[in-house]
Amino acid sequence: MAAIEILGLEKTYNVGFWRKKPKCALRPLHLAVEEGEIFGFLGPNGAGKTTTLKLLMGLVYPTGGSARILGMEINDPRMKAQIGFLPEQPYFYDYLTARELLEYYGQLSGVAAKERSRKVEAVLARVGLPDVGGVQLRKFSKGMLQRVGIAQAILHDPRLVFFDEPMSGLDPMGRREVRDLMEQLKLEGKTVFFSTHILSDAEALCDRVAIIHLGELRGVGRVADLTASVHGKVELVWEGTAVPAALRALGGECHVTGDTVRAVLPEASQDAAIDALRREHLRLVSVIPVRTSLEDYFVQKLQPAGAVAGARS
Amino acid sequence: MNGRIVHIASNTFREAVRDRVLYNLIAFALLMSGAAILIGQISINIERLVVINLGLTAVSLFGIVIAIFIGIGLVSKEIEKRTLYTVLSRPVRRWEFIVGKFFGLACTLVVNTVFMAIGVFGALLYVSHHFQTADGWVLVALYFIILQFLIITSLALLFSSFSSPLLAAVFAFSLFVIGTFAEDLRGFAALTQGFTRWLATGAAYIVPNFSALNVISSVAHQQPVAGQLIFYNTCYALIYTAMALCGAVLIFEHRNLK
Ligand SMILES: Nc1ncnc2c1ncn2[C@@H]1O[C@H](COP(=O)(O)OP(=O)(O)OP(=O)(O)O)[C@@H](O)[C@H]1O
Ligand SMILES: [Mg+2]
Repeated sequence: MAAIEILGLEKTYNVGFWRKKPKCALRPLHLAVEEGEIFGFLGPNGAGKTTTLKLLMGLVYPTGGSARILGMEINDPRMKAQIGFLPEQPYFYDYLTARELLEYYGQLSGVAAKERSRKVEAVLARVGLPDVGGVQLRKFSKGMLQRVGIAQAILHDPRLVFFDEPMSGLDPMGRREVRDLMEQLKLEGKTVFFSTHILSDAEALCDRVAIIHLGELRGVGRVADLTASVHGKVELVWEGTAVPAALRALGGECHVTGDTVRAVLPEASQDAAIDALRREHLRLVSVIPVRTSLEDYFVQKLQPAGAVAGARS
Repeated sequence: MNGRIVHIASNTFREAVRDRVLYNLIAFALLMSGAAILIGQISINIERLVVINLGLTAVSLFGIVIAIFIGIGLVSKEIEKRTLYTVLSRPVRRWEFIVGKFFGLACTLVVNTVFMAIGVFGALLYVSHHFQTADGWVLVALYFIILQFLIITSLALLFSSFSSPLLAAVFAFSLFVIGTFAEDLRGFAALTQGFTRWLATGAAYIVPNFSALNVISSVAHQQPVAGQLIFYNTCYALIYTAMALCGAVLIFEHRNLK
């Protein structure tokens, strides 16, 4: 069974006070997330990531389509007892202390009274806030609130967690900790669905990613498969300062630094370039494939739509 | 009552207490003791009348102000600050949230009224040195005041579910004022003719009937309250409150959160 099944979910907002203009935040989206995977939901600002998560949480209602989570309808309380949600820029009742807030959320999620305080303490330690459980949330910094947000999402041991930009507002240590936490969750057999625009995080963590732009799904799959389709480049370095004319003709930039030359060329012309160097008796120092990262794929996927959007406005 | 509603209600109560809502009790205590001392000095045999009239009116006004000002923010503030996201993504239904919020504020108001009532009885004891059996009717008047709070709270919730907090406060307060004259309104409606009569009668019966719930001056004159009126008012207030809450729930159920 898929943990999340999105069947043509779609959302149009009506913006403007007087004459309402429809604004399409999410075009019909089809997506399935398997149980036990870490799934990254990528897209630039305003792509529709948060909108998708809000639709899945039942906070806003779709214009069309439907979705099932853990095989149940979106508004099913039995399903909601088994999921956790971290909203973007989370904000909580600031008159409560962190411990009181988590106790309250534990009550709402149906955590049994006798395990509740143990779970609260455990989760506070897990997100790196063991000492501030008794401090009122109005005295928390942004990153601390983000950690409380993560704590409340995993407090009740959910089978599936949704994180909207879990790394935002965290220091480098915090980012590392959250990454480790997501990996632990996966080891525990949980499913993690998170949105981000930090591609290196996605690349390091995700089993699969989906890329969305302007409310439209642009690609979905394993990171390795997606990046394989992007044409790679190679970097050649040789001794001397000479650049053979034949190599120059292949296209690509050459940089002369001291007594070596460095050239970056499309992967396809690698052999031709090496032949050209041999003919000139230049000593090759290295041939290194320039790793095609998710970033290249991402940028490539956004381009056509960027052109379309430019034409429209 | 289901557990989640209880938890939401007690959290709402806790919020009110921590936001120092009950500080109004200090103002109330000062008012009552000042009034008692003053009345004790000047009046000739009408101390009880004045203390009961003044005390109960103050209880009612303090409570109404709290009911409106907290009531309009109960749900709209949670939407605005997005504290609702992490509540509604749990196994909490939207109607449970509204009902829990309502009961939380209702509890706050009852506790508040109990303390203010103690103040009123204290002042009564100060000016007349003993209680009379007729003073028991003051309790009935207080009960009716609490019924008014329930109605106003549910109306504040209803209005804030579709308009801005400021407008909701204006609506709720206007209805309180109009409702105080509900019986006069019904009288006027009966005098008009034709279509206007339909309209006026409809309007007169839609506004909450606070005049029937106001027995302050008759109690101050030591007149008893009919058992029938107690029964009728209880039913009326509960049904009116339930309908306003249903309206608030219906609107909230279909609402997209910000
Ligand atoms: N309440 C709303 N009313 C009108 N338009 C909205 C509303 N919420 C979102 N939008 C629009 O929907 C689009 C998608 O927004 P969304 O918040 O889902 O983006 P996002 O992918 O989460 O971006 P970010 O990375 O900045 O968080 C945006 O163009 C935004 O303007
Ligand atoms: Mg977002």
